[in-house]
Amino acid sequence: MQPSPIKSRPLYGTLAPVAHAMRHIAIAEGEGASAVIEAFGDHEALSRTTILFSPAPYRTDRTQETFLASLSCEALSVASSAEDLLGELVTLLSTATMGTRLYVSGSEDFIGRVTSEALHQGIDADAIQTEHRGAPTRRVQCVHCKGFTDGVSASPATCAHCGIHLLVRDHYSRRLGAFMGVSIDAEAPGDIPPAEAFGA
Amino acid sequence: MSGGVQFPVRVIETEAISPTVKRLRLAPRDGQALPAYSAGSHTVLTIDGGSRLIRNAYSLLGSTLAGGAAYEVAVQRSPQSRGGSAFIHDHLTVGADLSLSAPINLFALNRTARRHILVAGGIGITPIAAMAAELDALALPFELHYAMRDTASGAFAAELAARHGDNLHLYVSERQERLSVRDILARQPLGTHLYVCGPERMIEGVMTDARMAGWPESALHAERFLAPEGGEPFALRLARSGISTVVGEHETLLEAIEAAGVDAPYLCRGGACGQCETRVLAADGHLLHADHYLTDGQKSRGETIMTCVSRLRGRELVLDL
Amino acid sequence: MTLSFNAETFRDDYTFANSPKAIRAFPFPFERDDYTYTVNIEQHVPGPVQSATEFPIHIDEHYVAEMQDRAITLSQDPLRCQSLPHMMTAEWDLLELLMTSMATHYPETFSLTREGDRWHWINRPLGLDQHFTFGDASTLPQGPMEYITRQCQGDFCLLDQRDDNLWMDAGMVTTQADWSLDFDLGMNFMEWHAPVPLAHDLGVFERALKFLLNLQQGRPVRRLNWTMTINPRLDTSPENYHRWGIDKASVTPENVGDKVHLRVELQALWRLPRSNAIVFSIRCYLIKMDELVTQKKWARRFHRVLASLPQPIADYKGLGRFRDTTVAWLSRHDDGLPTSPGFAPD
Repeated sequence: MQPSPIKSRPLYGTLAPVAHAMRHIAIAEGEGASAVIEAFGDHEALSRTTILFSPAPYRTDRTQETFLASLSCEALSVASSAEDLLGELVTLLSTATMGTRLYVSGSEDFIGRVTSEALHQGIDADAIQTEHRGAPTRRVQCVHCKGFTDGVSASPATCAHCGIHLLVRDHYSRRLGAFMGVSIDAEAPGDIPPAEAFGA
Repeated sequence: MSGGVQFPVRVIETEAISPTVKRLRLAPRDGQALPAYSAGSHTVLTIDGGSRLIRNAYSLLGSTLAGGAAYEVAVQRSPQSRGGSAFIHDHLTVGADLSLSAPINLFALNRTARRHILVAGGIGITPIAAMAAELDALALPFELHYAMRDTASGAFAAELAARHGDNLHLYVSERQERLSVRDILARQPLGTHLYVCGPERMIEGVMTDARMAGWPESALHAERFLAPEGGEPFALRLARSGISTVVGEHETLLEAIEAAGVDAPYLCRGGACGQCETRVLAADGHLLHADHYLTDGQKSRGETIMTCVSRLRGRELVLDL
Repeated sequence: MTLSFNAETFRDDYTFANSPKAIRAFPFPFERDDYTYTVNIEQHVPGPVQSATEFPIHIDEHYVAEMQDRAITLSQDPLRCQSLPHMMTAEWDLLELLMTSMATHYPETFSLTREGDRWHWINRPLGLDQHFTFGDASTLPQGPMEYITRQCQGDFCLLDQRDDNLWMDAGMVTTQADWSLDFDLGMNFMEWHAPVPLAHDLGVFERALKFLLNLQQGRPVRRLNWTMTINPRLDTSPENYHRWGIDKASVTPENVGDKVHLRVELQALWRLPRSNAIVFSIRCYLIKMDELVTQKKWARRFHRVLASLPQPIADYKGLGRFRDTTVAWLSRHDDGLPTSPGFAPD
């Protein structure tokens, strides 16, 4: 895997159940389901694994859900939105004990939000594994109004809150689970270059 | 100077707190207040041992965390002592002058943790008890587990029991009481961190149990302090200073360098901090790396050596000093 | 020595100016006539009398105005001062360091009396007189870090040490060169330096981190860093970039001397006693080109450094829109003569 040229951006890997963990919590959105299926498939860890899943927004295809349901894991919960999924995760983590490992897969903005919330619940950063699946969209925080814009696929982007045109800086905060967005035309108002899509 | 700021102090009180452990209370000689420190800190004592300068690192006790008028350390008479701890036990009495370094912490509490499990064996209680004192003062949740051979050798046990009550769990092997790490580690909430200090075998045992219970590395902390051991003597050449000398049987490489009048860097003198890393120019023999700082790869390449705990088995070592 | 304080502003009408004494105390950061990137860390030991490094914490003629400017910035954006919950011990350590140093070196301006945990602090220029209990935050009007850094020039970051790394877990940052405490809060040393070009590849940050992890009590270190700012604006934050960025386009050959400022940060790091944290102080000094060229040596040398600056560094520092204009203006003050060694003016 290519090391990230952005030093503050997390490196994403490939999910692999930790042999000695007492309990596994896998949380996935959309395409992330396939990463969970590949990692846990018929693994003996499944009996100690809780899977939380939310289909990608606006998706009607239920294949992944059906596939996840066929796994003999300890528990499977399907939520209708990432918000509900995060709520369930918080409940689980609030009573979880040391020896619990967390596995997160989906888009980069989903991974960012889940990781940020999990750290907030007290889990150690090295007890979390991540795998990136799906579109290379980013969650961006506007440094001016502090609002978050999800699903950003190119830079510059428009802040969904204050409307400023944002250069998405190569700078990522794990605490916020977001990249930094800064006004792109502050020195020359109206001078906005064409948007360039992010690579993976 | 290489060891940093030094404070001239005098022994103002000594107490045998067990047959093998002596507590020293050290007060500044120049009237300057000693700085406060964090639990887990150590200081390096420099003592004029007559024929040689003794420099040993000791954990600072929880009784003097606020600094000011005095520091306290507890020194165990080490059976494999190269003379340092024996000299302190036999000769260092009230009124003796020595100096100590500014506190250095290589075994600090992780302040982001939500709960702390402290495990000590034998004299390993010194930094661990300081941690308990600090956590107690900050009203943070902790449990303290202290294993000892017999009640007589359990330094501080009574004092700790009085102070920490139900948070303290004692295990006396003479009474067949065994510390079961697995039971302690089960059902600890997320955000719990584990700290252990004691004999090397105990540290390894506790760490293995924690890993087997799925604990992540960042939650595990051990005081990897090494009492440097002696070994076969060997010749030493300091290339930049143009000095040739011999590292004696009961002497460390760093002590031999200092005895030759060369101001070499150091901080912990226990193989942990990396400050004394020195470039090896030539080694006629086999480098015996004893530190916890260099990686296995660095040790096998042998380009550098930690002078505080490592040495040579062979004829001559040439260093870039 | 009694300090006197300027009535001046760092925004709107920008009346900030340096007296001849302040110009001579300016920490000019270039030791050579061309640009080289170095970590340049040295012991933070007392420098020459009346210089920026004479005392560990430097209070000067801009003190009162800077504290007023900080209060305005905080009232508009309280997130410039933040502290994660585990940093309270480090906050008290910082308060002790600053109060002790300020009262010791500027006894006519500040006073500190300690009787055990009962402390009494007097700040004469800001008219404050505070009795409080050290270690009990309820006895101060703000948290200990906020309380004392509203009274001390310079930005302050508190770095927690764990996992063989340093973590930016608290800070008061209102005079920054385009970085955001709110965004960087909670980051480790490598993460918050991520946007700096080139230095990562040179291994600069690995070496600096290794050095700082062993930083000792009583052995503070310092380094100088620099950039350039249009107008004497302390708050060049990313948060307000959409307000001040436009100033960069306002430089003309006629207004360089008044508008273009060299901005120098005197950065110092101390190991703190009770918390084992490190305080990273970033004290900002501004000098306009008209003031800088009153020192012939500095005029010659800064002209040469700015002209030889590699493009990636100029871009990172955000000098693109006015570098050429400034170099041209400075060339009139560079007669090509050699410069004397060292930083100090002739």
